[in-house]
This record gives sequence, C-alpha cells and structure tokens, in this order.
Amino acid sequence: MAKDNPPAALQIKAYADHHVITQPNPLRKVLLRVPETDLDDPVGRAEKALAGLSGEFKNWMAIEADRLSAAHTTILKDGFTTATREELFRAAHDIKGDAATFGYPSAAAAAESLCRIIEHAPDLDAVPSNLIAHHINAIQAIVHDNTKLDTVSMASELSQKLRGVADEYLTYANRDRPDHLEAILAPSIAPAE
Amino acid sequence: MFRIDFNKLRFLVCDDNPHMRRILRTLLHSFGAREVYEAEDGATALEMYSHYVPDIVITDWAMPIFDGLELAQMIRQPESKGNPYAPIIMLTGHSEKRRVTVARDAGVTEFLAKPISAKALYQRILNVVANPRPFIKTKIYFGPDRRRNTNNAYIGPERRVGGEAEVMQQPSLLDKARSST
Repeated sequence: MAKDNPPAALQIKAYADHHVITQPNPLRKVLLRVPETDLDDPVGRAEKALAGLSGEFKNWMAIEADRLSAAHTTILKDGFTTATREELFRAAHDIKGDAATFGYPSAAAAAESLCRIIEHAPDLDAVPSNLIAHHINAIQAIVHDNTKLDTVSMASELSQKLRGVADEYLTYANRDRPDHLEAILAPSIAPAE
Repeated sequence: MFRIDFNKLRFLVCDDNPHMRRILRTLLHSFGAREVYEAEDGATALEMYSHYVPDIVITDWAMPIFDGLELAQMIRQPESKGNPYAPIIMLTGHSEKRRVTVARDAGVTEFLAKPISAKALYQRILNVVANPRPFIKTKIYFGPDRRRNTNNAYIGPERRVGGEAEVMQQPSLLDKARSST
C-alpha cells in the first residue's frame, strides 16, 4: 500500500524545544468497519495455522539446542571472546524467545537463566564452568530426551533450580554493581504461559 | 467493530532466526497479508525498507551486523529520503523493563515480548493502524510521542516546554508489554 499512495501532508507545530508532527493516518484505508455479527476470525485462523506448523517444532527446537551446544563447545576450546560470547548469547536468547512457542517452556526458562548469566556476570571467565554447562545440558535433556522430559514437572523443577543457583551467583557477583543488581532482581515482562 | 484489511498492508519482518521468520510469515499470511518481506539482519532490512516502503516493520532486537534497535534508529531519521514515520513493532526475547524504555527512546512504536501469540501480534498491529500517535522531534529524539498519559505534575529534566502537552490516553508501552494481549 505504501508505494501506491503519496505521503499525506504533515502538520508541524513548533514549540520552544520540540516539534509535534501529525499527519492524516496513512493506514486508515485498511481499517474496515464491520458489523458485530462478522464471523471472520483472523486470530483463530492464525492460531490454527500455527498449530499446523507444530509438527516441525521438535526438529526446530533440536536445531536451536544443537546450535547452543556448538557455541559452548567453541568457548571451551577458544575461551570467551566478543564473538564467542555473542554467539552463545544469541543462541540462548533465541531459545528463550522461541522455546515456549515450540512447546518447551522449561527450555525457555533455562535459556533465560543462561542469558542472565552471560549478560550480568562481571567476568565470564570467573563463572564456575559447571554453571554454564549445567544450563546447556539441561536444555539438551529437555529437548532431546525421548521420554519428553518437558511434559513432566521434572523439567520445570530443573530449570527453577538452575535459575535459583544462577541468581544466587549473580546477586553475589554484582553486590557492588547496583545497576546490574536492579536488573537481576526486576520482574520479567514476558507474558505468562 | 473494526477489522484490518491485511490484504492492503505491506510488512517487513526482520529476524535472524529462520524459525521465527517462518512463524511470523505464517501468522501474517493467516491474518490475510499477502506482501511480507523478510530480512535476516538489520542492514538487509534497511535496504529492503528503502526499496519496498513497507507500511509496518516487525523487528527482532538481537541480530548480527546491526540490531533491531539500530534499525529503528536508522529508520527514524527525520531528514532521510525514506519514510521515517512507519510503525515499528519490536518483537523480542528481551523481557526486562529497562529494555522497553531503551526501545521506546529509539523510536519503537510497540513492544512485544516473546513468546509470541497470534492474539498479541494482532492487537499490536491493530493499535498501530487504528491509533497512530503524533511524532515528536527534539534535539535528541525523533519518533512517536512517548507520552501516553498526561502528567502535568511531571517536573523532570525532560519536561517539554512551550505549550500544552498533546497526548493520547493509552496504556504505557511497559504496561502493554506486560500484558499478553
């Protein structure tokens, strides 16, 4: 639509230290008034389409978990550099964001805990290596375990325990860094499951 | 009651994760969108933004080359030849309050924390289509009005001067990010 219509005229009001710029809503034309009896349900349609993709989620999750393990293996070999740290963070961050959608909420929780370690540990080389390894092993176990670990409370307990240990470490390690401490202790804004 | 004619909307989706791009594409096509362009990093997205002139941008935050935050800042250049006013929805795994503030200050229109749901995405799109906010230009900011509530008692250093506050009554970006709908 954007290319089909020239930009609407801007109205600019100037004030002492700012301008307020308004334009007629360029997207108004796509807003349709429909009767309350309208049966179209785009959200329901999208949820069905998402459910149709769910057959691929297990494979996608395995790919994401393997990417995380590969990033960790590189760190064990080469140590933490800007590049290896970023790849580990991005891999964990993707799992944090995607895993609940793929049906693995406990893997998402463990990945979130790992992200917090990478983001807030003052010195990643000083983090007990087992702490990072346990997070990655837990995610692998949740994703790959044939007994579908994530369907039982054990996976949830495992991620909660990891988060508890990680938070304890981060709270102590950041005791003199109030900005990080505040971020560590702040509640998440992610929507609840 | 209002419904969006997605058929007439052009989307640009930017996410380095192919699985998330597939999910977004599936959701948008199911809503009725036909034109969905995809980029896997901020640099490519910026090129596509200039070329395809999308109506709405949906971007991840953490990406290689330059990230979603930088993409938003590049789009929100008031003197640029492209359209600096397009709504930007940031869809991200970041789930901390301070991230919402940083995204808001980069000119992001809506913030959506993962995990994604069809309903939450639809609501964000509906909001940017139905309730566009005026843009504010100051020495250090250009983007949608960051005030969603009138607070005449505010006397902090970022208080605007020289006129009545012109704000729309809406939930704050943080409140909206906290809600799943």
